[in-house]
Amino acid sequence: MSDAGEVMLAVRDVTKTFARATRPALSRLSFDARAGEITGIVGPDGAGKTTLLRLAAGLLVPDEGSLTMLGLDSVRETTALRERIGSMPQQFGLYQDLTVQENLDLYADLRGVTGDERRASFERLLAMTDLAPFTARRAGALSGGMKQKLGLACALVRDPEGLLLDEPTVGVDPVSRRDLWTILYRLVDEHGLGVVVATSYLDEADRCHRVVVLDEGAKRDEGPPRHFHDQVRGRVFAVTPSPASGPRRLQSRLAHEPSVLDATIRSGRVRCVLASSDPTALRAAVDDGDAATSDQVAPDFESAFMAMWRRHGEALPTGRAGAASGASTHDARETVIEVRDLCKRFGTFEAVKHIGFAVRRGEVFGLLGPNGAGKTTTFRMLCGLTRASDGELSVAGLDLRRSPALARARLGYMAQAFSLYRDLTVQQNLAFYAKAYGLSGRRLRERLDWALDEFDLRERRDDKTRSLPQGYKQRLAMATAMLHEPDILFLDEPTSGADPLARREFWLRINGFAQQGVTVVVTTHFMEEAEYCDRMLIMSRGTELAQGTPAEIRALAAGPETPDPSIADAFIALAEGAARPRAAVAGRAP
Amino acid sequence: MSSPRARSLLRLRGLLRKELLQVRRDPSSILLAVVMPVVLLFLFGYGVSLDPLEVPLAVVADDSSAPARDLLARFASTPYFDVVTAATMDEASALLEGGAVDGIVRVRGDFERELLRDGRADVQLVLNGIDANRASLIRNYVTQAVAGWTTARRARGEPAAGPAVVLEPRTWFNPVNESRAYLVPGLIALIMTLTGTLLTALVIAREWERGTMEAILATPLRARELLIGKTLPYLGLGLLGLAISILGGVWLFDVPLRGSLFLLVLCSSLFLLAALGLGLAFSAGLRVQFVAAQVSVIAGFLPAFFLSGLLFDLGSVPAPIRFISHIVPARYFVDISHTLFLAGDVWSVVLPDALALAVAATVFFALARRNVGERLESP
Repeated sequence: MSDAGEVMLAVRDVTKTFARATRPALSRLSFDARAGEITGIVGPDGAGKTTLLRLAAGLLVPDEGSLTMLGLDSVRETTALRERIGSMPQQFGLYQDLTVQENLDLYADLRGVTGDERRASFERLLAMTDLAPFTARRAGALSGGMKQKLGLACALVRDPEGLLLDEPTVGVDPVSRRDLWTILYRLVDEHGLGVVVATSYLDEADRCHRVVVLDEGAKRDEGPPRHFHDQVRGRVFAVTPSPASGPRRLQSRLAHEPSVLDATIRSGRVRCVLASSDPTALRAAVDDGDAATSDQVAPDFESAFMAMWRRHGEALPTGRAGAASGASTHDARETVIEVRDLCKRFGTFEAVKHIGFAVRRGEVFGLLGPNGAGKTTTFRMLCGLTRASDGELSVAGLDLRRSPALARARLGYMAQAFSLYRDLTVQQNLAFYAKAYGLSGRRLRERLDWALDEFDLRERRDDKTRSLPQGYKQRLAMATAMLHEPDILFLDEPTSGADPLARREFWLRINGFAQQGVTVVVTTHFMEEAEYCDRMLIMSRGTELAQGTPAEIRALAAGPETPDPSIADAFIALAEGAARPRAAVAGRAP
Repeated sequence: MSSPRARSLLRLRGLLRKELLQVRRDPSSILLAVVMPVVLLFLFGYGVSLDPLEVPLAVVADDSSAPARDLLARFASTPYFDVVTAATMDEASALLEGGAVDGIVRVRGDFERELLRDGRADVQLVLNGIDANRASLIRNYVTQAVAGWTTARRARGEPAAGPAVVLEPRTWFNPVNESRAYLVPGLIALIMTLTGTLLTALVIAREWERGTMEAILATPLRARELLIGKTLPYLGLGLLGLAISILGGVWLFDVPLRGSLFLLVLCSSLFLLAALGLGLAFSAGLRVQFVAAQVSVIAGFLPAFFLSGLLFDLGSVPAPIRFISHIVPARYFVDISHTLFLAGDVWSVVLPDALALAVAATVFFALARRNVGERLESP
């Protein structure tokens, strides 16, 4: 076993360009990852994180430069290297149709672990991952969190000296995310293991010993989290909204201030990163009555990361839904979606069990939960795409079980896998959906212009959709769902796979739409995004864990140890039974 | 630490066990490997027959003499015809034009007189020639029926219809002229192409799609172990398909197996290896199941179907296509299979064909070995 502090992975001047790519996936990248440390690889979508990990495991060959792991060259000594490292690809690399034990057996065979060593290894890993009671269960039937732990166990089956993890916590519930980090720290502290982990969760970067920030394949910055904190120290403020304003309106106002680099909602307050330590803009908000107080707070990695990318004067979306947006003519308190006792069964499997909620006009309502919680199934029933097995469901005053087509004309739906035609241009996709919604003549032209401007797609209008970066695809998908000016917008995991920058932009836009009276129902597995919702339903395995406003949900987890809990803390408390979920029901809509 | 050889075997064991578990649990591979051969066997055995049976045939007897009745009774007594008796030629013509019958056999009013006077007489045959193949087959049946009657009468020393010299057509190796006996042996080539190429390409593409390939490649697994681990289980499945085909052919459809079973299994294994090699070679480049399925059908299944001599006689196709057929391994295997089932161990046929199969298997496996590497990109 290598000594702590020793270089585990040395990346030197690595350049890698894929066939048919216009720019290198990695260019002249150099850094060291040490044994006994967790090195985080962070960057926007397409920055080259996965390519880097694949190069390190010898799965890809660099065009130039070298990667040396545990003193072994990734190209010339690939096999010897693979004997000594463990790696977990995205989606955990498990055989879904094999049981937990069979997956472990396979990886033990592949890694040459036999006899007593094998028995000891299984015992240790099953205990560590709490999977011992589930050895006979098929991997496909495990929850996201359990899959992640099994994937990790398979990578650890032969006590590796180096561990490569590619986005190990995507779509995984907060409890499992916390558990994974506990396990990683233990491996690092007790065994001196070196870990390289790619992540798109910025809060995880704070947990690493060292962070490498990638941008379009090049290293943007590198250092311990503290190095990044220092970059914005003294410029991070938490602003409490006035009771009249509410966090969402305040966030929208502050985000558009030129001196504010980033504004996000955290625990009911708006967290801002300023361009300088001069908080004039914040004071103005207090003076106008939008904000109550503002305090300087400790920086975190996310603040620094967002500040790194936010360019001055860059236009932020405002979220204009369109001239004829229906809201103003209606009673703002009207209930537009009502769900009672909703169930969905697939054979004997109950995907959704007795879910009930109501959404008022202009509300942003969140369906939260880890992968497999039943969010998408609930969603499909709301949109009339799947029949409910049981329960009542009314959308825009129409019974979905009787008149799904009528209800659908009034709602916009953005599916998880964006339903865009990849070989059509941006303009052609927009025109196609506009015509499919029955728009024509002047109105068609108006709406297309609106979409190109509102979603900032004009420059890319003649580009093929397949060649767009993920962020643009997401914007285009949302634009197509809004062409017919729906009253209700359903967004299924709109921010999944999007990088933090795109996610900020997305929520600002949603914010704007909601202020104009569009009702938004959104699913997400990013717990912190719940802060942007007016109210939310937290689901786990088809059932309701809690329901209420962000403040009500957070209050469930408040205690002497966690005076200022996050939504994720609340989820953990709820999942572990520490909080009583029904407490929040009082805050339910009529 | 154990020896490198022992650990290589351990890795292979792991892969094989995984593959077998997956095959057992995945309905689609069972479907392709077991159900498909059975379905094809039944389809080709019962559904597709190149010999028409119970051909609807109108007979018109203008002469009601004993020899005329005797001749027409002969048509009614064979399984090849479904005889409709028409009173007049006009009525029979209407039946033919309406599609109710495929042909008309007419015995004219002076049949007996002519027969007694000249020692021979003519029988008129009118056929629906839209389907030329079918028409020519029916003509053969009728000719044989008439010839049979003639021979029978000659034997009794009576005057007969038809020419004095009667041709005796005889079909070698398939004396009853059942296309089934010809189709079923060829079918084995199709079945094994399916399990060999399609199934293999699919299961590997699935590993790419689900990200498991990346995970196992990142272990100390070697390319040759991966190749063997992917070949053996599907070789087994293919041989299972072979067993089903042989048993079905011999028991259900009475196809004779005149050659040696051992030789058949041996040659089938060679062909299967070629098909597997092709599937493996495809799979490294095709990482999407949908594309893998399309390419294996286009480059594997369709050539085996059309260019192997299974359905269409390669002797009668245009020269360029016949030339192309030489690179289709199924061509050699269909030849072997026909020979072993219907003729016997004819070494002069089997040996060169087996050699061609061995060459194909070697080439495809060399390709596969080049494509299936220990990295994500092919070298």
